[in-house]
Amino acid sequence: MSHTSTVTVPAPGKTEWDGGVSPMNVSYGKLMMWFFLLSDAFTFSALLITYGLVRSAHVAYTGTVEAFKFSSAYWPIPEKVFESVPFFEGLHAPLVFVGIMTFVLIMSSVTMVLAVEAGQRMDRKAVEKWMLWTILGGATFLSCQAWEWAHFIHGAHVGDAVADGTTFFGANLVMNQYGPPDFAGFFFFITGFHGFHVFSGVLLNFLIFYNTVTGVYERRGHYEMVEKVGLYWHFVDLVWVFVFTFFYLV
Amino acid sequence: MAHSEEQPQVVVLPPDPARIKHLWKVAAILGIITAIEFAVAFGMPHSWHDMRVWTFILMTIVKAAYIVGEFMHLKYEAKVLIWSILIPMVFVVWMLVAFVYEGMAIALVR
Repeated sequence: MSHTSTVTVPAPGKTEWDGGVSPMNVSYGKLMMWFFLLSDAFTFSALLITYGLVRSAHVAYTGTVEAFKFSSAYWPIPEKVFESVPFFEGLHAPLVFVGIMTFVLIMSSVTMVLAVEAGQRMDRKAVEKWMLWTILGGATFLSCQAWEWAHFIHGAHVGDAVADGTTFFGANLVMNQYGPPDFAGFFFFITGFHGFHVFSGVLLNFLIFYNTVTGVYERRGHYEMVEKVGLYWHFVDLVWVFVFTFFYLV
Repeated sequence: MAHSEEQPQVVVLPPDPARIKHLWKVAAILGIITAIEFAVAFGMPHSWHDMRVWTFILMTIVKAAYIVGEFMHLKYEAKVLIWSILIPMVFVVWMLVAFVYEGMAIALVR
């Protein structure tokens, strides 16, 4: 990540696009990682845009927040759905747990960028240290998400009556206690697709850690793989920033 | 000498305190914006719905800019790479706007 860029002067009558030089001044692998992430951004955008369409097509809750009750007649207020914290059953702490998850993921992004920085200095010990913290952060996030899913699926409060008059606890892909069926559907698909990215990211991070420990990158003479996987890991954090806003806050 | 060729000496450079400090500064900014988002989520009344939504969107864009620009280092890449990534996303933003308005229209005719 040194800020020095080699100035290449093309031969007379030729531009930098006529071959021989890298117009974007990045390696092939990094460029392809960027374009993969762009295409991955399209996939996540498709999910979030569909969520925006379906949510705005549903009736919004118009009463006061204090008087809010779950109903399949309108879209729920997210902070009323996500207000549980592990070990504190019955405590109403809106968005606290998801806030902790957000903090964990941002911190793991910071440790990743420190691993990248250490790699550029060929500092193997520091790369090992920061990669371990990053893996730990990713695993913590996944564990939190596992709890959140389990809680969402089983439901912990008294189930609220759904349209046909029966009482239903928790959520599945057909119905849920929180709101219209689509609400749980989007929760599962959006946070699930993101969670799967985190999971793949943790596997890739472990691979990088393993290769660092066994000296693969030291023998290769550079730690560019750490930078490439770092790009992926920051992207996962980036997506979470959007999911956090559009699914939990708005 | 043959032995030392098998085990090449790796030169470990010392960390640059200015760069490390800069990275932690970006991390602090991300943390502070998230804290402000929480303050808005519980401080701003729900009746100001549009104001809430636009505040969240604005702060999300600022956070995204810091992550992509600093952590993913895009800010320091070649201009043509920056635009190759950003221009396609402009169309995505338009798509989002179009579909949310479409949804509102569906809500009206339902």
